Amino acid sequence: MRFGLLIGVLFFTMVSCFNDTDDNGGYTGTPVTLEVPQIFEQNILPPVIPEDNPLTEEGIALGKKLFFDPILSADNTQACADCHRPENAFTDPRRFSFGIDGSIGTRNSMPLFNLAWNYNERFFWDGRALSLEEQIFDPVRNPIEMANTWPNAESSLQANNEYPQLFEEAFGTSTIDSTMVTKAIAQFLRTLVSANSKFDRYLLGQEELTPSELNGLDVFMDEARGDCFHCHGNPNNPLWTDNIFHNNGMDETITDLGLGGFSGDPREFGLFKSGSLRNLAYTAPYMHDGRFATLDEVIDHYSEGLVFSETIDPLMKNVAEGGAHLTEEDKADLKAFLLSLSDPSFINNPDFQE
Amino acid sequence: MKKIALLLCLSIAFMSCESDDDNNPPDNVSVEFTFTHNWDGDNITNADFDQIQYTNENGEQQSISKLVYLISDITFTDSDGNSFDAGDYNLVDVRSNSNLDFTPDIQIPPGDYTVSFTFGFDDEDNESGIYLDLNSADGGWNVPEGLGGGYHYMRLEGMFIDNTSAEVGYQYHVIRANDNSTNPITLQDTSFEVNLGTISVGTTSTNVEVQMNVAEWFKNPNTWDLNVLNSVLMPNFAAQILMFENGSNGVFDLGVVTTVD
Ligand code: HEC
Ligand code: HEC
Repeated sequence: MRFGLLIGVLFFTMVSCFNDTDDNGGYTGTPVTLEVPQIFEQNILPPVIPEDNPLTEEGIALGKKLFFDPILSADNTQACADCHRPENAFTDPRRFSFGIDGSIGTRNSMPLFNLAWNYNERFFWDGRALSLEEQIFDPVRNPIEMANTWPNAESSLQANNEYPQLFEEAFGTSTIDSTMVTKAIAQFLRTLVSANSKFDRYLLGQEELTPSELNGLDVFMDEARGDCFHCHGNPNNPLWTDNIFHNNGMDETITDLGLGGFSGDPREFGLFKSGSLRNLAYTAPYMHDGRFATLDEVIDHYSEGLVFSETIDPLMKNVAEGGAHLTEEDKADLKAFLLSLSDPSFINNPDFQE
Repeated sequence: MKKIALLLCLSIAFMSCESDDDNNPPDNVSVEFTFTHNWDGDNITNADFDQIQYTNENGEQQSISKLVYLISDITFTDSDGNSFDAGDYNLVDVRSNSNLDFTPDIQIPPGDYTVSFTFGFDDEDNESGIYLDLNSADGGWNVPEGLGGGYHYMRLEGMFIDNTSAEVGYQYHVIRANDNSTNPITLQDTSFEVNLGTISVGTTSTNVEVQMNVAEWFKNPNTWDLNVLNSVLMPNFAAQILMFENGSNGVFDLGVVTTVD
């Protein structure tokens, strides 16, 4: 409120001091306000929408079409959605995805939801993309993914009989460039909001949890047992990730340098972004390299599989013994709680299907 | 408060349009605080994190990998006993250099004040879930409801060499002392007031350096043994009292005050 007042007064000041020339030449389509779910509104800061890429109806629709269209790949065979499938909360059930020529990557694909709430705006497992728009430049020209060049992608779109008109409607010009492509897709990705899990409804007082799920929450929040909340959120931070980078004790010898490979800082070797625990029911396999096929394997890792390496996070406890050694009951309950964070209405949302 | 903000903005608005050369009393001013950190006098910056280079009072070698803490209610009290307090708070993250500078959202008349702040949140402010920016910070700066809720005061983490020569993590997490073995839970407000002494606030600008000596958390009056107290300290009532005693005994000092009239 005070801030609003300040803006208002400053605006007044500007108007009264300067002759305002209206150089707002930028065309914008029909503005859309991202609907913020109640559970986010009550608990966390508003989403990050860059000033130079506001959401519009036309932009979102165009971004969605591009996301599902193989036209961006070199040989017209692969769409973003091939490695980011709606039914898997927009990740790939395969451990490693295949590029258009069958080449195989070394990292598991990532689920895509609540991306506008990644306040740090570090994308990829290693954080090397500093905005969503920047991230989207990568897969199109990545040789092991869509293996295209941007000039080539631009001319395919330009030559298409629908796209020039759709870009005209979204951005006010039918001359297509890569920046507009990434902006449109980013707009669509920002609409992928997931906030309707059983646990969300529990927090809103609309549904009960089972005793097992409730005990699982206790394990999650207990420093002596799971202590997951110091990295993966809590009921007041229902993103269920800190979007920060850690080494969670998976390897004695680090091969994929993660954040450190991008920053060059040895203190960051082997650090990866904590994944969100939402929608785990659909996003197996787990971790940056998809090494764990099931949630049980993940829980066993934290319970007795931790190993020491130079950059391990100090939050990883009892590393010499492999972890906290949860009881079988605690493990089962933790799993039940984690699964209560999955949101079937997200993967079935017709707005997000091709 | 809102009226003050409006008046202030209007006065800025006028100043920016007209040249001012009147003889009214000096305008109210804001005061900037800069938080600096050291280990017994050695400055701590980003490059010092994750290096096992410090020896604590008990003799263990240790590193710092994370140092994030909350301060609140910076209060200015003048010689007539009037106090000014914006009632706001600041979450300092030393490794990422965020919020090392903080200007409380209040303007006060230039002059001499005794200045204090609260380390953490006192019970009046330490209410679960009500600060959306803190809920969003660091994956959630919250304390589990089972431990009385509210917010962390500090997360100091790193590695140390234990008495078997193994490199082990520690989590020196400071929160409100709680004992949940009693019903209802026993809570004790272990935030504390830091008194910086008298500071003269200038007519143009004032910057106040607040120093934290991290070594003091392990030193005085309680010599801290990381071999015993390294982990699961949040639910440990006795450990929180020790932290409170050490924290309120010389961890913070007033540094350089720069005043421009
Ligand atoms: C061949 C499979 C493949 C294709 C095609 C693909 N991606 Fe990805 N995507 C991945 C993988 C693998 C990662 C993780 C890579 C890494 O971290 O190095 C990823 C990561 C991402 C992320 C980061 C999410 C986060 O939270 O940090 C976004 C966003 C994304 N992809 C969007 C897209 C878009 C948009 C397209 C189409 C233009 C696309 N992807 C095409 C496999 C693919
Ligand atoms: C020190 C921070 C930290 C703590 C504590 C922590 N995690 Fe993680 N978690 C991570 C990081 C980092 C990753 C990604 C690691 C990677 O891919 O290499 C991760 C990944 C995961 C994943 C896989 C997500 C995906 O999409 O692939 C699950 C599930 C998970 N953690 C569950 C838990 C549970 C349950 C606990 C508590 C027992 C826990 N974590 C404690 C940091 C942490």
